[in-house]
Amino acid sequence: MILKHDIVIVGSGLAGLRAAVECAGQVDIAVVSKVLPTRSHSGAAQGGITASLGNEEEDRWDWHFFDTVKGSDYLGDQDAIEMMVKDAPRVIYELEHMGVPFSRTPDGKIAQRNFGGHTRDFGKRPVKRACYAADRTGRVILDTLYDQCLRHHITFYSEHYLLSLIFDKERCVGMVIYNLSTGELHLIQARAILLATGGCGRIYRTTSNGFASTGDGISLALRSGIPLEDMEFIQFHPTGLFPLGILVSEAARGEGGILRNRMGERFMERYAPTVRELAARDVVSRAILTEVREGRGIGGKDYIHLDLTHLGEEIIQKRLWEIASFARTFLGIDPVFEPIPVQPTCHYLMGGIPTDLDGRVLKDEKGTVAPGLYAAGECACVSVHGANRLGCNSLLDLLVFGRRSGQAMKQDLLHYEFSPLSEKHLKPTARAIEELLTCAGREKSDIIRQSMQSIMMDYGSVFRDAEGLKKGIEEIRNLKERYRKIKVSNSLKAFNYELMETIELGHQLDLAEVILLSALERKESRGAHWRKDFPHRADQDYLKHTLVLQTSKGLEVKYKPVKITQFHPEARVY
Amino acid sequence: MLLRLKIFRFDPEKDQGPYYQTFEVEADPMDRLLDCLNRIRWEQDPTLSFRMSCGHGVCGSDGMRINSICGLACQKLVRSYKEEVLIEPLPVFRVIKDLVVDLDSFFEKYFSIRPYFITKTIPPDTERKQFPEQHQQFEEAIRCILCACCTASCPVNQNKNTEDYVGPAALVRAFRYLFDSRDEGEEERIKLLDEKAMVWGCQTLWKCTEVCPKEIPITRQIGQIKRRIYERKNRDKTT
Repeated sequence: MILKHDIVIVGSGLAGLRAAVECAGQVDIAVVSKVLPTRSHSGAAQGGITASLGNEEEDRWDWHFFDTVKGSDYLGDQDAIEMMVKDAPRVIYELEHMGVPFSRTPDGKIAQRNFGGHTRDFGKRPVKRACYAADRTGRVILDTLYDQCLRHHITFYSEHYLLSLIFDKERCVGMVIYNLSTGELHLIQARAILLATGGCGRIYRTTSNGFASTGDGISLALRSGIPLEDMEFIQFHPTGLFPLGILVSEAARGEGGILRNRMGERFMERYAPTVRELAARDVVSRAILTEVREGRGIGGKDYIHLDLTHLGEEIIQKRLWEIASFARTFLGIDPVFEPIPVQPTCHYLMGGIPTDLDGRVLKDEKGTVAPGLYAAGECACVSVHGANRLGCNSLLDLLVFGRRSGQAMKQDLLHYEFSPLSEKHLKPTARAIEELLTCAGREKSDIIRQSMQSIMMDYGSVFRDAEGLKKGIEEIRNLKERYRKIKVSNSLKAFNYELMETIELGHQLDLAEVILLSALERKESRGAHWRKDFPHRADQDYLKHTLVLQTSKGLEVKYKPVKITQFHPEARVY
Repeated sequence: MLLRLKIFRFDPEKDQGPYYQTFEVEADPMDRLLDCLNRIRWEQDPTLSFRMSCGHGVCGSDGMRINSICGLACQKLVRSYKEEVLIEPLPVFRVIKDLVVDLDSFFEKYFSIRPYFITKTIPPDTERKQFPEQHQQFEEAIRCILCACCTASCPVNQNKNTEDYVGPAALVRAFRYLFDSRDEGEEERIKLLDEKAMVWGCQTLWKCTEVCPKEIPITRQIGQIKRRIYERKNRDKTT
């Protein structure tokens, strides 16, 4: 059977569901997701979503604009950033009108809190810009949007995994999906397809990302001839719960939490004298790891302390309930009385599939549109985050560009008719699956995945240099060779997670190589990309976006210019 | 420490019926049970099936019955158990394979309580006002992650004669909207909930509250819905 929908959205996180709600009731739409509804990783977002509402103190969209550009280390495209921050208040009110239960100020408005890198008056001092629902902001927005989807009777293919995209000449016209509960493959014919498949944090060993964040959509775009943009920019969130890497929201610092080293020193005063703990994430993560490297980690180990003990029980219970429960559950530590051990954890991919301001995928450095294919959310690169994303700007990105993608798809349907598909389109994918199940090799995906995660921690995380990156690329290429000899030993149909994880690993390995190569070629330090051998930003050579393309000869690196409209690069000091 | 996990197994593709299989895992006391299950799957038996996603108690995927109590495998640490742990799928729901259950009926019942805002007036240009004390009324309910542990633990849902009871999870969400000062659907919500298979299905047995991984006072919230219905009926009578 061939399924058919005008629009198919892959991914049921915030970007995907926001696009779905935008199209509901007007066209035939379906959402494909490898997890059940509300299990997507957007739900793990804790701290908030930014907008210059000015509910707690004066704020202006142009301050938000400047902060985001500076946060991006001047690599974000300023036309996109300006559009996003201007749209932000509308986004918040729209969510509120849908029912999102935001926390409130005493006078009944949406409450706002401090977050790293968000300042008043172009960097003078921190400003309360992040709208929040305690520390479960992502989850309540996800629930609300899912409820809206139910109300509109949107079709869900839950626990269906995207295996391949189908193109008719240049145009994306369908896909093959794998039903995890039955093991069957299905073809879906579509007039427009949105990739909203999220990030790829699971490439790294220490990560805040869920098990499903394996970068499938990004990798499938690469395999379809789409270049990937700015993949060297991987954000390490400063405060992952040690040793699990679980996110401890920046809201903890926004509410007044202090970072301390072995001597109890508030070390951020040395790295970011103006805003201290509320500097951008790349700055704080480097500071923590510098403390650790210089022997000032707690007990000489790889972590430092996040101290909330001075906040008092009421604030912690009311505004930081989830993270307090994480510390209690996973470490047996009560943050009301004891500091929380934290370490940087792989959190977010700034790069991804290049798109225009309306989610249309761009297939070259000239900005040519790949017809029928759209991307939004963490898998996409608009680029609003440039070299480093500010906290709480990601939920904003998901909702602004999720909605715009939905609008663009609806409009563009006028130009796209269904292109007929037949069972022959299924065959290459079916054959690839068959090969994994019948391979004569002896390699195990679990072992290869662990090696990949170690390689990426060693050579592709916060501190990088040419020697390590070259070594990393070589080792990843070796793993790719070994991957070809993986034997999937489980041949059962229902819930064959071994098969799915093996396919995911193939995507992860491809992306790992792209990340390391992009990082090797960028011979400067900017935002989250820090080169020990090139410790300064080099605007004359590298104020440009990286594009990595898969060709028959391997990966090819190209560049495209950054859009600068208002703020010209300055020294980035917090 | 060495932990034994006695796990419920069933694959309709090849098994006549369910059975239990015991695995041994060398685990750190601070490991999560989810880590042990993954290690079994990766190192011993790749056919073992269970759901997981975030791994830290936010997504609600890995609800299962652990030593006869429903909970999230990612929230349980090895150090809380002695030698052997019994792991079974959530009761109430049909088993698809091993620890994976069919949650269609769960989400259908969830949808039946109209889990979305009902409003009649046009919203202002900015936010609707809501004071912190109004927000506090339903704040605990928004912790719900739809893991289904409560509904699976409810003796009313477990009883075949009363299994059409909508269940505690759906009622938590009904409470969340009914007690949200911004919602304007009280009348239809009360009418919908004032049914035997809805709020009156609850027999105040507290099992849901005991197991909730997010510590939501579920039984108390269902009681508040009952009281709201009662008060409204009395008010309608007197006016």
